[in-house]
Parts: sequence; C-alpha cells; structure tokens
Amino acid sequence: MTEQLSTQKAINTALREILADDAKSLVFGEDVGKLGGVFRVTDGLQTEFGAHRVIDTPLAESGILGMAAGLAMAGHRPIPEVQFDGFAYPAMNQIISQIARTNYRSRGATPMQMVLRIPSYGGIRAPELHGESIEATLAHVPGLKVVSPSNPHQAYHLLRRAHEMPDPVMFMEPKSRYWNRGDVDFENPGDLEGSLVAREGEDLTIIAWGAMVARSLEVAELAAEDDVSIEVVDARWLKPLDEDGLVASVAKTGRAVIVHEAPRTAGLGAEIGQLLTERLWGKLEAPVERVTGYDVPTPAGDLEDEYIPSIDRILFGVQRSLEY
Amino acid sequence: MPVPPSSAAQPAQLWPPQNGVTVDVETLRGLAERMLVTRVLDTEAVRWQRQGILPAFPPAIGQEAAQVGSAMALDRARDMAFITYRDHGVVVGLDSDLTDYMGSHLALWNGGFADPNKVRHSPLQAVVGATALHAMGWAYAQKLDGTGGAAIAYFGDGASSQGDVHEAMNFAAVSKSPVVFFVQNNGWSLSTPLDLQVAGGSVAARASGYSMPSMRIDGDDVGEVYAATQIALEHAREHGPVVIEAFTYRRGPHATSDDPSRYRSLEEERALGPDPIDVARQLVADEAWWAEAEQRAEQAVDAVRVQMQSPRTIDGNDMFDYVFQEKTPQLVKQQEQWREETDLD
Repeated sequence: MTEQLSTQKAINTALREILADDAKSLVFGEDVGKLGGVFRVTDGLQTEFGAHRVIDTPLAESGILGMAAGLAMAGHRPIPEVQFDGFAYPAMNQIISQIARTNYRSRGATPMQMVLRIPSYGGIRAPELHGESIEATLAHVPGLKVVSPSNPHQAYHLLRRAHEMPDPVMFMEPKSRYWNRGDVDFENPGDLEGSLVAREGEDLTIIAWGAMVARSLEVAELAAEDDVSIEVVDARWLKPLDEDGLVASVAKTGRAVIVHEAPRTAGLGAEIGQLLTERLWGKLEAPVERVTGYDVPTPAGDLEDEYIPSIDRILFGVQRSLEY
Repeated sequence: MPVPPSSAAQPAQLWPPQNGVTVDVETLRGLAERMLVTRVLDTEAVRWQRQGILPAFPPAIGQEAAQVGSAMALDRARDMAFITYRDHGVVVGLDSDLTDYMGSHLALWNGGFADPNKVRHSPLQAVVGATALHAMGWAYAQKLDGTGGAAIAYFGDGASSQGDVHEAMNFAAVSKSPVVFFVQNNGWSLSTPLDLQVAGGSVAARASGYSMPSMRIDGDDVGEVYAATQIALEHAREHGPVVIEAFTYRRGPHATSDDPSRYRSLEEERALGPDPIDVARQLVADEAWWAEAEQRAEQAVDAVRVQMQSPRTIDGNDMFDYVFQEKTPQLVKQQEQWREETDLD
C-alpha cells in the first residue's frame, strides 16, 4: 500500500506501529504526550497507548537520556526525543559517557537498544539552539550510530529499521522537511542499509543528507538544463558511512561535491572527502568540493539563508569542480 | 496571580521506626563477615598498588557498614544496585565475584568482567551521579513490568552536586518509581570538604523539595543501615522514591595517588567516632566467632590475590568487539588492520 504523507506524519505512523507491535517500546520527552510534540510528530500516541508508555517528562534532557539508559538496561526499547537539536547538548554526558559505552563497559551484557529522535538542522527561522547540525559531533562518538532520512518514505522505514537495531541510533529528522509530502510505500521499503542514489547522473556526484538532499535534487534539475548530468546520493547513514556506495558513485562520475548544513571544520564533509581521496586516488577529475555551513554558531533567522547552503552556493561548488 | 495554597504533601516519616531496630544474630554475622572482607580487600589493595600490581585504587575504608548494610538489604531476585568507583562494600555485600570486579582496578577492562544482570549491580564507572538516572529509568521499567523490584542508587556528598542526581530525584518522584537514593555522606569529595560541597550540610534535606521521605542514619552502624534500607526499599516498592543519607567518614585517601595531609589534619582524623568494624564487632558480641571470621576474610581476599596474580590477560580484540552489538564495517577494517600490524610473527 502506498500513501502520500508528510515526513511528520510518516514518523508518527512508524511510532504508532512500533508501539503497537513492541510492548517493550516507549516514547518520551518534553511535551510529547498531551500536546503531541512541538512538531506534532507524536500526536495521538498518548491517547492510544497510555501515559505510562508515551510520557511527558520533566524538562531535563540529561534526565530523559539517563532514564532511557536505565530502561534499556532493564530490557526495554526506549524511543526518547530531545525537542530540538541544541537541547541534545545538556544530555551529552548521558549520550557520550553512558549510552554510547554501556554496551562496551558491560562487555555486551547490557546493550543500549534505543532510538534517540532529534529534530535537526535549520531552515525554519527558529531561535538560537533550535537549528543545530550536530551529526559530526555524534558520529565522532564510538558506540553510536547516526542516520538522517530525507523524505517521508525514508523516515518511515529508517525509523522502523533503527528501532530493530540492537545499538543506540541517533535519528536526525530534518525539521524543515516535516511538512513536505511524498509517497510512502509501506510494503516495499527498498534497501535500508547504506546510501541511496536519489537521482542518477554521469558528470558529477553530489553527496548530501537530511534537508540538503531535496535542495541538491533541485540543483541537479537546474544543471540538467545546461546539459550537466548530476548524480545525487542521499548518504542516509552517517555512521556507519556507506563507503562502498559513495565511492561507487564518485568512481563513475569522477567528481564530488559534498553538501551539509553543519560547520565545515571537522565536519562529515572532511571525513567523506578523505574517504574519496583514499579510495579514488588518481581517478578523481577534480578535488572534492564542500558546500557547507560556516564555522560560526548557527545564526539567527534573518541570516539563516546566508549560512545554510543555498541552490546558488551549491551551483558554485558544482562549477568549481567542473571547471577544475 | 495569587499564590496558590501549597499542595506539597508532607512526606512519610520513615525513620526512626516506632518499635526500634532489631537485627537477628545470623544476619548480623553475615553483615559483619562481609564488612571484614571489604576491609581486608581495601587494606590489601592499597598494598597491591604499592607493589605495582594495581595502577591506582580508591579505598572505601570507613564506609563498610554503609555499603555492606545497604547492599545486603536488597532482594537479589528483583533489585539492582547502581554503583560508582568506591563501592566495593556493595559488591562484597551482593556476593559478586571480586576477581571479576577487580578487573577494572587491574586496568584490564573498564567496568570489570561481571554481567550486571547476574551480579545485580552496574559496572563501576567514573562519572558520579550519572547512575542515579539509570537507577530511575531501570526502576520505572520494574514498575511497568510489575516485578516489584527496586533500584538503589549509590552516590556521595560530592555527587549530590551533580545535576543528574537532582533530575533523577525529580523524575523518580514525579513518576513514583521505586528508587532508593543512598547517599554516603563521607565528609569529603576528594579534597573538598562537606561545607564547601553541600549547602546546609545535609543531602537528605533536599528530599523534601521533591516531596519524598528521607532518612538520616548512622552510616557506621551496620545494623541501623541494614534496617533503614529495608524500610526504604519496602516504601519504594509501594509508594516511590526515598533518600537515605548515611553519615560516615572516608577514613582513607580519595585514592592511592592522593595526599590527605594537604587538606585535613591528623587531629580531625583522630577525633572521629568509632570505626564501623569495631561497632559491628560489638553488635556481634562473640569474640570466638569474630576471630574465625577475620581468618575467613583473610583467606577470601588471599584467594582474590592469587587469582589476580595468575596472569589474566585481556585480548586486544575485545577493544573492538564490544563497542557495538553489530560492528560497523569501519570498525571491522580497523580491527583487521590492528591484527596485521601487531602480528609480529
């Protein structure tokens, strides 16, 4: 069955099915119950599954994640939410020193099976610390897995997949895409491992994730008008990165532009660029280009468009690569 | 807006119990015996550190009654202890394998070798206070599952300053989760004394802010600790969280690398009350039994020493194998490279 849904509704549907199928699953966080979350992603779940399984927690992110760790130790499979990306910072002690290494510390005896949902990235003119791109920070921590869907179909299926995984998964939802609709094919998830070619092309590969996938697809459409054939790869899994998939695309096109909202220095663009250089040394037609946020705190709404890679900035990146 | 009437209910008064405390002789002997093992282990471990067997060790000398007394009050079939790094008395009190536990201090594996689900205590770890939240989440799970189990969260006066402890107390009180917050107020957080650490001097006083009962007890009297923890656990199972503040004293240094003479005087150390081991000896009141128990404790710790010295090596593969349940391809590659580059044959 295929249905047209927004990403927000697709995640809501996945959560509803998980709660129905898995008695050990719980959804909790700030305002996720009665209100249904500030983005209404958890709308209706408390009514359906009860306040004991869909919990409005006190306002304390470390508490939310520490509670998740304790639940996982007891064999439950929590799906906590931090309300906004920047609110993951107060929870970093629990994420980094506890959740990421409890499996290690206990030599595998107490796995931390959980999915932390993080409404992520910018693009909605939100206040400070409501538009952070923290994927590299999380990917750097041993013991965590990181995934970021780009559309409703991916959001639905990747969340269900993440919930089945025995390790802690950081699920980064592109909040600027919550309301964009798309087909969700419930029966045919497609391959949920690794990256995905979102558009095929011959001349150059753009690697992106989250909200930057849709923007890169627009860039590819514009470039096609100038007879430039761009392949867009949705990285999806940021840890582990799909090394073979990313390399295969760039081996074909010879050119790569990596697009992310996060600051450039020590961002995942650097990691992917290093991967491509290592695996495709001598075969690249041009140096790997990066189009990213700047090394500045995510600016206030009025400057957001200067910060987040725009279609024009991505086109400049494409041009630099093609003209090298 | 007018000030609403205060809705905070007066928390239950759990301590002291109306009929006093009586602990039977058999239980007292079990407690005393494990206190002796803890004391001998601590004394010996400091020697092992001086001999170069252990890189460092944080002795719990003086806290045996608080740790053993509370741990033995737990129901091992359904309860769970969440510990940090100075809780060997809890480990002994739960009859957890000491060689497995000492694997952490031997620098073989951070957290030791025990399976928490079997030994009923979490691995030891260094970020104090963080485990109070794990206790809360674990306890909430027991409530959901209807096991009747309760969690006990161990921390000290120093850790009580951590935000996580307050978040745990509030979460537990709001959700009425079965948690006993067991504070060992030992007077010192490394070199920082209580008056610089805890405003007002009592961690238990904070419980009222979270509408939960608190008990201030003599942490050096093992009978009192055992009885108080039993009362707290039963209350927690039925009604929700309780704070126990056990007053005790860290009679040794923070760790073998520490020099307490830089921050406290011998006069202060001499002015302490009776050693909890002597208190236990008086409670047991059987010198013949005591002498035998001392011997058994020496033998038990000697067995640990022998096991520790028979060369137990750690496989470097473990470093890679326990990061995830499902290893990433990157980690597989790094492990292969590590094997190739360290294979000197």
